[in-house]
Amino acid sequence: MNTSNEDASAVPSKKYVLSKKADDFFINIYRVYKFIARFFKEAFVPPYEWKEIIRQCYEIGYKSLPLISLTGFITGLVFTKQSRPSLETFGASSWLPSLISIAIIRALAPLVTALITAGKVGSNIGAELGSMKVTEQIDAMEVSATNPFKFLVVSRVIATSVMVPILMLYTGFVGMLGSFLNVYANEQTSFKAFFQSAFSTISFLDISSSVLKSVLYGFTIGITGCYQGYHASNGTQGVGKAANTAVVVSMFLIFIEEMIVVQFVNAIR
Amino acid sequence: MEHKPVQINRNNAVIHIQNLRKSFGALTVLNGVDIDVFQGENMAVLGRSGTGKSVLIKIISGLLKPDSGIVQVLGEEVDKLNAEELRALRLRIGFSFQNSALYDSMTVRENLEFPLVRNKPNLTRQEIDSAVEEVLDNVGLLQTINQMPAELSGGQRKRIGIARTLILKPEIMLYDEPTAGLDPITSVEINSLINEVREQYNTSAIVITHDLTCAKTTGNRIAILLDGRFLAQGTFEEVFAVDDERIKNFYNYNFTGDKVDY
Ligand SMILES: Nc1ncnc2c1ncn2[C@@H]1O[C@H](COP(=O)(O)OP(=O)(O)OP(=O)(O)O)[C@@H](O)[C@H]1O
Ligand SMILES: [Mg+2]
Repeated sequence: MNTSNEDASAVPSKKYVLSKKADDFFINIYRVYKFIARFFKEAFVPPYEWKEIIRQCYEIGYKSLPLISLTGFITGLVFTKQSRPSLETFGASSWLPSLISIAIIRALAPLVTALITAGKVGSNIGAELGSMKVTEQIDAMEVSATNPFKFLVVSRVIATSVMVPILMLYTGFVGMLGSFLNVYANEQTSFKAFFQSAFSTISFLDISSSVLKSVLYGFTIGITGCYQGYHASNGTQGVGKAANTAVVVSMFLIFIEEMIVVQFVNAIR
Repeated sequence: MEHKPVQINRNNAVIHIQNLRKSFGALTVLNGVDIDVFQGENMAVLGRSGTGKSVLIKIISGLLKPDSGIVQVLGEEVDKLNAEELRALRLRIGFSFQNSALYDSMTVRENLEFPLVRNKPNLTRQEIDSAVEEVLDNVGLLQTINQMPAELSGGQRKRIGIARTLILKPEIMLYDEPTAGLDPITSVEINSLINEVREQYNTSAIVITHDLTCAKTTGNRIAILLDGRFLAQGTFEEVFAVDDERIKNFYNYNFTGDKVDY
């Protein structure tokens, strides 16, 4: 129950095993590991903070919609427009819908959604928890015999893990709409024909692997933001730093995860 | 609130601290603290900024771990408890933070409900509402029930912070600088609130302050923290009768405004 206040004395000072930087790095990894372990320990034990989980889902999902809609639509539209000339040289512009749909579902929608959520939601979580930490609101929850980790961290991480996949499917759909607009303007393809051709090439594995990796990205965004906020220090400066680090670290992790997942999915495809 | 005389039971120390030490890295903050707070007693702890007053009560409430020494609260050694035992002990301790620490995304009502609904899940909506209204009324701020913390003044925030801990009916109150940053009139109101809480809720308390008026009006005994240990303990008169330059300085600074040279 006390891990929110791991003060400097919890870490052996003065003597370093390697060097100060290297030691701090490994201590940090250990703390992140403990943070994640605590999430899994507390996420599945009642009582559940349902109200807070639903509120967070709403905050994270609904408030990201405008930005996600715009980005998804434009990505689909522009990507189609830019791919058109090279396909036309081979007289293959009728392949556009299936090419685009594969690109969007397999790669673009998950990445665009994850990066936008990392920027918008990750920074928000880092700043919110960070300011609660430095103004002792988290300590206040702790001493009133309640569990701040469950209320603040577990609810947010569950919400991002649930909402990012849903937002990803939505981004995919909006992206296809953008793509359809370009195809319709050039070839007057009907809505039905476009989507039939688009979905003919998409397999169940494509969709399910994208949903699964979006769960992973959502989890990454939630955990990173919460970890940075929960361990913020140094007053208002620390709050800004927590928000900033949350975004940078989660984007970095998302790209690494993307590379690993692609290798993995291609191996079973 | 009606006033009842409170008995101080000198045979029952609700807080017993012996040879407590705490450092942060190279910085030694508490260096051999000994103190007893008896049942029914308000103990005022004086000390200048940075002497470790907040650290002391954070150790008492289990937010920080001591490096060594005995810290007994209501008969339990705080640093030896597991999470569940610590939670049970914390139900009996109220902690009023230096900066109030109100949950700023919640209304006053939600702030007060927060500890209540999580610790007593079987209460009905009506019981929750009446408990919230009762403590708010006791701190004289019933009219703010639907406001956000950002809309309140510093003194109001302090009172709401105190109300939020009272809702669990604690046996021990820990007040961290209840009058810091408040005007003299509001300070007097907070001081009498602290005394009323003692009478009405039967609490024992540690009142941390560097305001001598607050120490004098709320403290049955006072103790002065300096260089990591308690320099003197006793009633206000006893402590300031001690012939020590540093204590004299403290007194002069507060009441005569003389320049202090610690
Ligand atoms: N978690 C922590 N990690 C490192 N150092 C700390 C921590 N908490 C407190 N300190 C240090 O301990 C010392 C005492 O802090 P504390 O907050 O107890 O002072 P205080 O007596 O309450 O002062 P004030 O009257 O200003 O509130 C300070 O030098 C502070 O920097
Ligand atoms: Mg303090």
